Amino acid sequence: MGLKRTPLYEEHKILGAKLVEFGGWEMPVQYTSIIEEHKAVRERIGLFDVSHMGEVLVEGSDTLPFVDHLIANSVSNLKNGQICYSPMCYENATIVDDLLAYRFSDVKILLVVNASNSDKDFEWIKKQSKGYRVMVTNMSNQYAQLAFQGPKAEEILKSISGVNLSEIEFYHFTTGRVNGIECVVSRTGYTGEDGFELYFESDAAVAMWRKLLEIGQPYDVKPCGLGARDTLRFESCYMLYGNDIDNTTTPMEAGLKWTIDFDKKDFNGKDVLVSQKENGLERRLKGLEISKGIARHGYKVFSEDGKEIGYVTSGNKSLTVGKSFALAYLSKGHTKRGSEVFVVIHGKRVEAKVIKTPFYRGSVKSGK
Amino acid sequence: MIRYTKTHEWVELEGKVATVGISEHAQDELGDIVYVDLPEVGKEIKAGEVLCSIESVKSASDMYSPVSGKIVEVNEALEDAPETINKAAESDGWIVKIEASDPKEFDVLFDKSSYDKLVEEEK
Repeated sequence: MGLKRTPLYEEHKILGAKLVEFGGWEMPVQYTSIIEEHKAVRERIGLFDVSHMGEVLVEGSDTLPFVDHLIANSVSNLKNGQICYSPMCYENATIVDDLLAYRFSDVKILLVVNASNSDKDFEWIKKQSKGYRVMVTNMSNQYAQLAFQGPKAEEILKSISGVNLSEIEFYHFTTGRVNGIECVVSRTGYTGEDGFELYFESDAAVAMWRKLLEIGQPYDVKPCGLGARDTLRFESCYMLYGNDIDNTTTPMEAGLKWTIDFDKKDFNGKDVLVSQKENGLERRLKGLEISKGIARHGYKVFSEDGKEIGYVTSGNKSLTVGKSFALAYLSKGHTKRGSEVFVVIHGKRVEAKVIKTPFYRGSVKSGK
Repeated sequence: MIRYTKTHEWVELEGKVATVGISEHAQDELGDIVYVDLPEVGKEIKAGEVLCSIESVKSASDMYSPVSGKIVEVNEALEDAPETINKAAESDGWIVKIEASDPKEFDVLFDKSSYDKLVEEEK
């Protein structure tokens, strides 16, 4: 089966991007250097094509109760124009996917899901919607999505924005024209920096992409690939589905308690999550500082007395801090800050220490 | 004269000492290099065995020894500046020096033009 391409595929080729397969898509992993692209976002501004992300629209009179049943977080607590991040769980509380829920009104919510999961998610959401008065539509092929990220994002974007960006708070959105193109504009991102995500009709993707690079030029904007997207989200300890969370882990174990609304009457996974909350957890996802080398996904973690106590889910050298960090599930008794553990890297036992997360805090407008 | 392996290492022989690194093409494929797990000086190694692992932002990859012999020196400057490999893979970015036990192993490696052809074919 051929790989899917975003409407900006030709633009990426013109810019000399290295393209890789990701979740069934042919996507740019880097244009010049991951380090340069990472720095551009931390210090100034970067532009990402994230049109591979999936979008599922839920409409109808039962929209709020249905989405509240579907995800761990609460959409009935949101105002219109507000967004929440949430895991979407199976009945056993392991994770189908993590997503953003955009509340347009009490009868319309847009769910933005991971590219590699979008077909699975759509099937799951449709199945779950039985008995609710809602219509579920897969919009993934109709939207292009760009992420304009960095501390200079608002300053640059306002020159072509028909909406007042300073009025959009963190995890809020509005609709209006940017560069004359009708958009959903949200103050969200996956980098730890301030910034916006724009959703609009695919046909306008090339015009929007080129315009954003043009107005960003005085700030030395960089087009950024999935490589920098990963190093940026990693420093901020944002979850990557398939690495840090998946269908074997629960939101409680992953440290996502803040995304769970336990006050809701009922939602998928509630029983297990309540029990984990009340009885404690056998393991938790924690941050590690690695003394030497890089701990990659799947590497095993051991206690000082040689017992296997967990595994690494993500690891890299932090390009901002300069140290080697990892996220790892660690079993009970080893999760306290300062605990000494060992990671096996290329056959060698390497010392590591449990530290607080995130590894780096950027210009993002909120702590979470 | 510099010779190359099909696994993208380069080696330059001066007397019995072989200086070894990864090719310009290999560094470009790996992307930004952030860590080199340098082997220990004094270690004996056979041609084709894993010499060390090189970590880029994207992934870890093994580097293989082009010749057999004893490791006599490692490029310690890479500990603080692994990006030297990106900047100068086939000069300052050398990784180890090996006292070659069988200089004949050198003769079967690719010269520059056949290596370039190999890279072209892989593209």
